[in-house]
This record gives sequence, C-alpha cells and structure tokens, in this order.
Amino acid sequence: MQGYEDIADKLKGKFPEAVQAEQQTQDNILTYWIHKDQIVKVAEFLKKEPGLEFRSLFDLTAIDEQARKHREGQPSSKFTVVYLLLSYARNQFIRLKVALPDEPKLPTMTGVWPAANFYEREVFDMFGISFEGHPSLYRILMPRYWKGHPLQKQHPARATEMGKFSLSEEQMMDMQEILQFKPEEWGLKSTSDNNDDFMFLNLGPQHPGTHGVLRLILQMDGEIITNVIPDIGFHHRGAEKMAERQSWHSYLPYTDRVEYLSGVLNNHPYVMNLERMAGIEVPDRAKVIRIMLDELFRISSHLVWYGTFAQDLGMMTPVFLTFYDRERLFSIIEAVCGDRMHPNWFRIGGVAQDLPEGWDKLVREFLDYFPARLKEYDKMVLKNNIFKARTVGIGVYNTEEAIDWGITGPGLRSTGLAWDFRKQQPYGGYDQFDFEVPVGNNGDCYDRALVHVEEMRQSLRIIEQCLNNMPSGPYKSSHPVATPPDKKHTMYDIETLINHFVNVSWGPVIPAGESFTGIESSKGYTGYYVVSDGSTVSYRTRIRTPSFPHIQFVPYYSKGYTIADLMSILGAVDFVLSDIDR
Amino acid sequence: MNDTLFHILIIVGVLLGSVTIAAGLIYVERKMLAVWQQRKGPNRVGPFGIFQVLADMVKIFFKEDWIPPFVDKKLFIVAPTIIMLTILMSFAIIPFAPSWVVADLNIGLLFVLAMSSLGAYTIILAGWSSNNKYSLLGGVRGAAQMISYEVFMGLSIMGVVIQTGSFRLTDIVEAQQNIWFVIPQFIGFIIFLIAGVAETHRLPFDLPEAESELIAGFHSEYSGMKFGMFFVGEYLGITLVSALITVLFFGGWLGPAFLPPIIWFLIKMFCFILFFVLLRATLPRPRYDQLMSYGWKLLLPLALLNVLVTGAIVLLNA
Repeated sequence: MQGYEDIADKLKGKFPEAVQAEQQTQDNILTYWIHKDQIVKVAEFLKKEPGLEFRSLFDLTAIDEQARKHREGQPSSKFTVVYLLLSYARNQFIRLKVALPDEPKLPTMTGVWPAANFYEREVFDMFGISFEGHPSLYRILMPRYWKGHPLQKQHPARATEMGKFSLSEEQMMDMQEILQFKPEEWGLKSTSDNNDDFMFLNLGPQHPGTHGVLRLILQMDGEIITNVIPDIGFHHRGAEKMAERQSWHSYLPYTDRVEYLSGVLNNHPYVMNLERMAGIEVPDRAKVIRIMLDELFRISSHLVWYGTFAQDLGMMTPVFLTFYDRERLFSIIEAVCGDRMHPNWFRIGGVAQDLPEGWDKLVREFLDYFPARLKEYDKMVLKNNIFKARTVGIGVYNTEEAIDWGITGPGLRSTGLAWDFRKQQPYGGYDQFDFEVPVGNNGDCYDRALVHVEEMRQSLRIIEQCLNNMPSGPYKSSHPVATPPDKKHTMYDIETLINHFVNVSWGPVIPAGESFTGIESSKGYTGYYVVSDGSTVSYRTRIRTPSFPHIQFVPYYSKGYTIADLMSILGAVDFVLSDIDR
Repeated sequence: MNDTLFHILIIVGVLLGSVTIAAGLIYVERKMLAVWQQRKGPNRVGPFGIFQVLADMVKIFFKEDWIPPFVDKKLFIVAPTIIMLTILMSFAIIPFAPSWVVADLNIGLLFVLAMSSLGAYTIILAGWSSNNKYSLLGGVRGAAQMISYEVFMGLSIMGVVIQTGSFRLTDIVEAQQNIWFVIPQFIGFIIFLIAGVAETHRLPFDLPEAESELIAGFHSEYSGMKFGMFFVGEYLGITLVSALITVLFFGGWLGPAFLPPIIWFLIKMFCFILFFVLLRATLPRPRYDQLMSYGWKLLLPLALLNVLVTGAIVLLNA
C-alpha cells in the first residue's frame, strides 16, 4: 500500500509468521491481521523500531463478526480485536486486527501501552473478550451487576426486548454494595509506609468539580493525593449499540449528543466516513458551511470550558460572561440550523439546507464583537495572579507522555508539539484556510488554558475567511446516496424517483467496507470507525472520543498534588462526561 | 428612667438593625453580583425583586430541618448558633453614633477579637460533628485559617490602639477628628481588610467551603434554618467587619454636619459591604497552602513592622 512499503518489508522480515492477511479498507490505512500470539510483540516492534515509531495507541476496540455477511479475504473470526496505532513521526495510522475464532481471549497490551488499560476493560465489558495479564479487568462502562456484554450481536438493544424491569429493596442494596470502593481490587494499600492511614475520598459522581457524573476515588495522605482511581460509565447511553439499529441517516442526531458541547463537530467525522465509503464528492459550498459551523461550535465549546475552568478555581463571574457570549453564538447557529446545542445539521453529502438570508450580517456582528470580549477575559482570568498561582506548574506532562497515553487536542499542543489534525491531515477543505496552531511550552494547566484561548482567536480567523469567501453552488451533492435525496427531478424520470423512494423509506445503503476518519474536535481527536455490511444500517460503529484517554491519563500526572490542584487539572483537561462514556 | 429606655431602645435597635441588614444583604449581594455579571438578578418578587429577602426567609424557615443519622447530634445543633451569638455579641461594642452604643467597654477591641476567636468553633464543630470527610477537610482548613489570620488581625489594629492610647472604640473614633486613621495606618488597614475577609471566610478566602473542591465544606450536611444560620452568620460577619473598618480607619460617624452621624456611619459601612461583594465577583480562590504562606510569610512580618514603626513614631513625638 502506498506510503507503507517499508513497514511491510520490515514487519515481514522480523515476524515472517505473524501476518495472517492484509485487508483493503476504504480509508487507505494499512490493515494487517496479526496472529493472536504475536500481537504484543508486533505492536512493541511497531512502537519502538526507529523509522516506524507508532508511539500512540490511538484506539482499541472489537467487532462481533458472528452476523457479518461480507468478509471476503478475511481470516475466520468470531470476535475481532482492532488496534489503531498512530505514528507522529510518519503522520500515519496503522491498523492491526486479531481474529479470535474460538475462545475470546488474548494477551494484554498494557505492558506496551499503559493506556491500553481502559480500552481493554471496555472491550471486555462490551464484548466479553478477556485480556490475560490485565491488572484490573473489571467492567468499565456497564455496572458490575450487568448480565451479558452489550455490543455482542446477541445482546438486546431495546428495553422492550429485555423483559420487565423491577428493582427490589434487596437488589438495590446489592447494587449499592457493588459500588463500595475496595482498595485491594486496585492494588492500593490502606496505610502508608509509616503506618499512617490513608483517607479514601469519594469524589463524585455528584460533585461540583467534576462537570458531570464522573466518580474519582482519591487515596489521600492528608490533603495530598497519592492515587486516583476514575470510575466512569455513569453517563453511558450505548451510542455505539444504537448505531447498529438506526439507519445511516437517522443515526446523525445521536452523534450530536456524543459530545454535547460541540454539536456539529460530531456529525463531521461520521458523514465523512459515509461519503468516502459511498464515493460522494461534497460540493464546495457545503464544505465551507461545514467548516464555518465547526469553528463556531469550537468557540462555543471553548467558552464553556473557559467559564467553568475559572469557576473551578473559585472565580464566579467569568462563567456568566462566557455563557452570555455563547448565547450570542447560539443565536447565529439557531438562525442557520433552527436548533442551538444539537442542530444535527450535516447530512450525507452536504448540509441540511442552504444558509439563510442575512447570515453574513449575524456572523459579521459576532466577529466585530467577540475579540474585545476575549481581551477582557484575558485581563480578568489569564493575567490574574491568583489564577496563575493555581495553574502554573500544576499538572505537568511532556510530549512523550502525552503521545504514549493518546492525548490529542489542546492537551497535546500545550506540551509544545504543534499537532493539529486540521493541518497535519487536512480534511473537509481545511487545507484552503490560513490559520496558526497555537502551542504551549510547559505542558501545565496554564499552558493548556493559553492554547484554548488562542484557538478561539484562530477560529475567528477561519470564520472570517469563510465569511469573505463563501462559494456559491449547491449545498448538497446530487449523488443518489446523499440524504435526504434531491427531489427536483423525481417527477420527471423514473430512476431518480426510485432512488428517492428507497432512500427516503428505507434509508440509503452504504457499500460494504470499513473506514476510520476523525477530525480535530474542540477537545481533541474525535474519530468514527464505521463498518458497513452493505445494508441500510451500520454493522459496527466505533466512536473514538478524546475525553476517554484524557481522563485515563489524569491519575498519572495528578499524584502528589492537593485536592485543590486536582480541580485545576480536571478543569484544564476539558472533558465532558458524555464524551467519555458515550 | 429616660436613660434606661434609651438604652433598651439601642439594644433592640442594634439587634434588629444588624439582623435586618444581614438579611437584606442577601438581596444586595444577589443584585450586585447580577449587575457585575451581566445578569438581571432577582426581579420577580415585588418591585425590583426587593421582597426576594422575604421569600428566601420564608422558604428557609419552612424547609425540612433534617439531621442526618450519622452526625454527632448535640454538636451538630450547637455549631451554627455559635457564629450568630459571637457576632451579635460583637455588635454590642460598635458605636454607631455618639453615645449610640450598647456597651462602651474600655476593652472594646479586645472583646471583638475574643469573640471572633470563639467564632472559629462554629467551623471546627460543624466540620467535626458532620461525620463527613468533606466537612472534616473544610473544618480543618477553617480552623487553621481562622487561627492564623486572627494573629494578623489583632496585630494590624495595634497601630490604631497605639495612636489612640485606648481600646475603647468611642475614643478611637474621636481621635480621628483631624485625620482618619486610614492615612497614618494604611498598612494596618490593608492587613485588617485582608484578615477581615479571611475571618468571614468569603471569597477569595472561602477555603473552608470551597464549593468546587469540598462541595460546601464544613456545612455540607446542613439544611433548613441551620444552614440559614451559617449564611446569616456570614452576612453578619461582613457587616461587622465593615463596621469595624469604618470605626477604626474611616472615622466612624464623623463627617460634615449636613448629614446626621448615623447616616455617615451607614454610608461608610455599606461601601465596604459592597467592596466585599465585589471581591467575591472578581477573584479566584488561592490554594490552601498558598493562603497560609501568604499569611505567615508576608502579612505577619508586615503587621509586626507596622506596630514597630508606629510605636517608634509615637515615642519620638512624646
């Protein structure tokens, strides 16, 4: 495969037996089926070999293959575990697949990437695949009393398929008992070396500093944190399972809500995948509309972050001011889309409607208004000495660690690496725009704040370019799969009428295949891995969200700080719970 | 006879007045914060929402006063009353106008300091008796903070005492006929202001509560009127500190004769109350250890220096 020749040579030279097959996918990412016994060695080789340097375990998921029809050329498998690695040196992804034809069991990857921990727990939880040697293989998203593994094809998707729900007093007590934290399960001791008792503090799921239903269990020595165990899953809504019973088109509103602060930014990677698989070319006007809305939502998401971060540090006022500005943004978004937070505006092949009359005036007004406000916030927040004392030198990590743990977005750029997927792997027309990638130096909470703020300014630049150069032309492709299909010619020729009828009643059919694409979302890299089996619904939709690795990384760099610092650290991460739990 | 009646009137007036002002502050704070935060604030109950105070009061009185089963019941009930008691006692020595004072003690200032030390018990006992880790952390922080800042609070006003030669507050006001003490005692004023904010544990020194870290700190488990008492106590504390600043540094009731002395006093006091609200609207919260090192490493030496210099100047002039 183009660009991958040397990898094939090196890998086959080193491990002649390991590669079972090579698979062609629509996303042109090199995909190898690796033998189960050698996957760890191969991954370690890919990570450490000079010239390859796939340092980041970008995603780890699985596919239940038992109901799949189109698997031409792939090794037989009941469950397939999929590893997606990213090399920053080569700017390339590589995908490794492991077939598990009989028993769902394979060795753990936590020895190579500690970041595999959460991912493997998720795969165990969702598919029942166990990883030998994993330090704490418990359920992560579903409660521990759950029976069955939700993403297996045999697991019911609707409540109506599951029998009547009842909760007796006894069951409730059992459930509460399960939530009790047991330090031994996580390899933690109850007393320190000098025989002082540690305090185990249960932070959340209802806590003002966690921005949602996140539970962190802190092992504390006085007010100093010695360990953090995140307990996630309280916000899990089964977004990936829902994808398997919605049509390609009707799943779009669900994507809006995966990261509920960024609206259409979530639509973007999903529709990009489908367009690639169906071979749709998106018209220029649609591309620019998409980019403009993306950037408006990036600012809106960052504004929420700005206000709440300041509030975490005890500042009361900024959150009201930033939310006021966000309302102004929403009034633009409402004028364009008709909805504010979850406009569900992108469509397969374009956007839902053309821009309304007078949109340019609204956007222009915002561009004139917002820079002065940003300056005011700088004065109030970033230049405040107490704010600096709370954030400078707190929660420090370097580029190496960030890459190793799969950190993307502002969290990665704050360490000094100018890595923005809009620049590095331009998508949807971003290569036509002029903007800079702000970076920090120290990788502390303050730098993460600086990067966020500067990104808003760059977004304004992009929006201005959209405003000045909005192309004319159609806002949606005329491709038959573009949804909802064009109705103009339906009354004149039978072929268009049939296409229209089928696509509207059953939904479009996406050709069989696999594709992974992502975008630089407001919080980091949001990617969708879509597997189609040539029908009107997705066979498997995997959502790679940035907040999931970000929250996994928190315990690693928050040890030794106080509980007050943990609030700075959590605030600077910029996560939302829906993005972690999906 | 007339004297006794006047005295009783003053006692009742101070008691009612301070509690009313404290309650009214609920409205003032909400409205002013709204103004500074680009919001509307309370505007539904009555014209401009001024009956919001009444609504809040009625609500809080009718809330279920729940005592969690795991708390140390006696201490849990006693804790919120202490802050109300000590602060209301402190109001006894504040001269609002010439001879408008409940008890013109010759150790007035020492009495205030003693009372505010006792106030620390509220936080400690509430934090301890709640039997909750967050409350405990808040209680421990609160205790350390109040004890530390008490030291500078006491030292910062010693300059005023040296210049006046008396602990009696009426004497201190009268000593400011020519010049308010804020000018010669500027450092003392700044330190007293900071210590005052810390004593009332308002932002930026609200570490015992620190809602983003400790939920509500020492009063996490409280509800109903017991919770309300912490709040009224906090507002009473703001009023008291503002009144003290007025008396000690801004000439108390003194002012041009076109307004009666009590009005001058109230105007000055409300300026400082608003300043407290503005502080809350503006500043973030420092970390606990930063607060401590700021206090012990910067404020304490400054306060000591201030006492030394003032003493030297007074000695020279004598």
